[in-house]
Amino acid sequence: MRLLVNKIILGLSTLSALIGLGFLGWILITLFIKGLGSFHFSLFLNDLIDGGLRNLIVGQFILAGIAAAVGIPLGMVAGIYIREYGRGRYANTIRNLSDIMMSAPSIVIGAFVYAIIVVPTGGTSGFAGAVALSIMMLPIVINTTDNMLSLVPKELREAGIALGASKYKVIIDIVIKAAKVGIMTGILLAFARIIGETAPLLFTSETSNYFSLDLTESFPSLTVSIYDLANEPEESSRDLAWAASFILTVLVLIINLTGRFITRNKKR
Amino acid sequence: MEKIFQKLSLSSASLVFVILLGIFITLFSASKEAMTEFGLGFITNPDWNKEVPIGDAITSKKASEISLDMDDEVSDDGGLLADEDDMLADEDEESSDDEMLFDEDAVSETITVYGGLVPIIGTLLTTIIALTFALPIAMGIAVFLSEIAPKNIAYPIGIAIELLAAIPSIIFGMWGLYYFAPIVADLVGGYQVSLLTAGLVLGVMVLPFMAAITRDSMNTTPDVLKESAYAMGATKFEVIKDIIFPYSKVGIIGSIILALGRALGETMAVAFLIGSIFTLPSKITDPTISIPVAMANNFGEASGLGESSLFYLALILFIISFAIISFAKLYFLKGAK
Repeated sequence: MRLLVNKIILGLSTLSALIGLGFLGWILITLFIKGLGSFHFSLFLNDLIDGGLRNLIVGQFILAGIAAAVGIPLGMVAGIYIREYGRGRYANTIRNLSDIMMSAPSIVIGAFVYAIIVVPTGGTSGFAGAVALSIMMLPIVINTTDNMLSLVPKELREAGIALGASKYKVIIDIVIKAAKVGIMTGILLAFARIIGETAPLLFTSETSNYFSLDLTESFPSLTVSIYDLANEPEESSRDLAWAASFILTVLVLIINLTGRFITRNKKR
Repeated sequence: MEKIFQKLSLSSASLVFVILLGIFITLFSASKEAMTEFGLGFITNPDWNKEVPIGDAITSKKASEISLDMDDEVSDDGGLLADEDDMLADEDEESSDDEMLFDEDAVSETITVYGGLVPIIGTLLTTIIALTFALPIAMGIAVFLSEIAPKNIAYPIGIAIELLAAIPSIIFGMWGLYYFAPIVADLVGGYQVSLLTAGLVLGVMVLPFMAAITRDSMNTTPDVLKESAYAMGATKFEVIKDIIFPYSKVGIIGSIILALGRALGETMAVAFLIGSIFTLPSKITDPTISIPVAMANNFGEASGLGESSLFYLALILFIISFAIISFAKLYFLKGAK
């Protein structure tokens, strides 16, 4: 009887692993079939107004790129504070708040940016979208930096201090260097996550059919356009949405796997 | 230099505090108009964007009384019929709203009432469905990865499950709408866009997240404990049930709560599938709406009281998720780091 129960439970949990893999496979296969079916290299050459995706892909990268350029340095420095300088309650509170911020609904962050930037400036803009994404990115980078710095052995820091280096020198030249790979991986994963975000962009950057580098106007966004296209009745729009989803997913997975690959190589 | 760097790092860390406080204050002040108009009765009022004669529902007190009556009606057995009528009525009103905008007299005699009950219920129900679906599968995956599979199989499968977590939510939404929902609707009947399909797709989305954290906390069980149980003749299941689960209980509950927080605030996957109508569902296969979806679909067109009511919803969502995550942090994930 015990052995039977054992077999059943083990069978069930193997089955759930298969279900999980099944969903992954199902989604990826759907994406490949639908996405590749409507995929064409001219999608990279034309803008949405001409039935292509060029402006959207470039726009999404710019939005996520600015968010990263703002979020990474701020997040890293904040993470350093929490782990290296902060003592006691305050640092701990910030750590907890940052974790809470990481789980804050992304649409709420969109609404916040809408209220503080879109309303005062009188319209949606690429700038507002980038701000929303950097607010999403900040806590992820803080969390990664904090965790990775905690793995650096104390002895390294003590050795640096003993050589007469200032605390700031020790952090920049020793601690960060030791944790570099882990932090980079975390940042890549964070980037992969925000580049696929839709909700915070819906009413901040919105999207645009035209190629644009002007951050003061509605800015082309791949994800927001996928949402718009997928809801349109025409088959051709939906096909374009599938092609865009395919490109987006491939991008996200490549960035994600690159991040994992870096860490794995280091471990060897 | 040292001083500058220290100050700089302190101020970036404080930025987190400032932003969170900023979100709270901004949402609060943006929803003030709706708050003074509807008060807490907003939470129990099922009508959204409904024209009411001006004498009927001007004060928040009255609005809450009205909404309480409405509540009772819906919970009656006749709720189904009443709902369908409501649905038709809502559609009519939506079309007449547009005309009313141009008709000044009509506007001055009526007031538009906004209530948050439908999206609040929708959010809670989709989350419950998602967790009920995801929980057993996630536990199974975690057990498989940490106890059953040999290392060289567990590693790639673990990566695959984590990749599932990396797929953008909008992809889950599209896949769910065009491929998953039709199958579910064929099996159980009802609409393709419904509480059920939205909840299930949401479940598929939080599944990998939950499985990964649960696996990690199961992996922290010391081998010595497991080995001594095996030495006593325990089966694998008994070891899992009596050694690993009790040992990693705290982490597992933490992972469930984090998944809960994520499911509550998810927008895009749900937006495709929930149907986006402000009607209380009478069955699990009925379409309805959730807070994030209400915001996603109505923010663009809303202004004045309508926009303020959406901010009110955002504030409610923010407070719920803040409370849940802090609770998880305080009680379950304290020792996690």
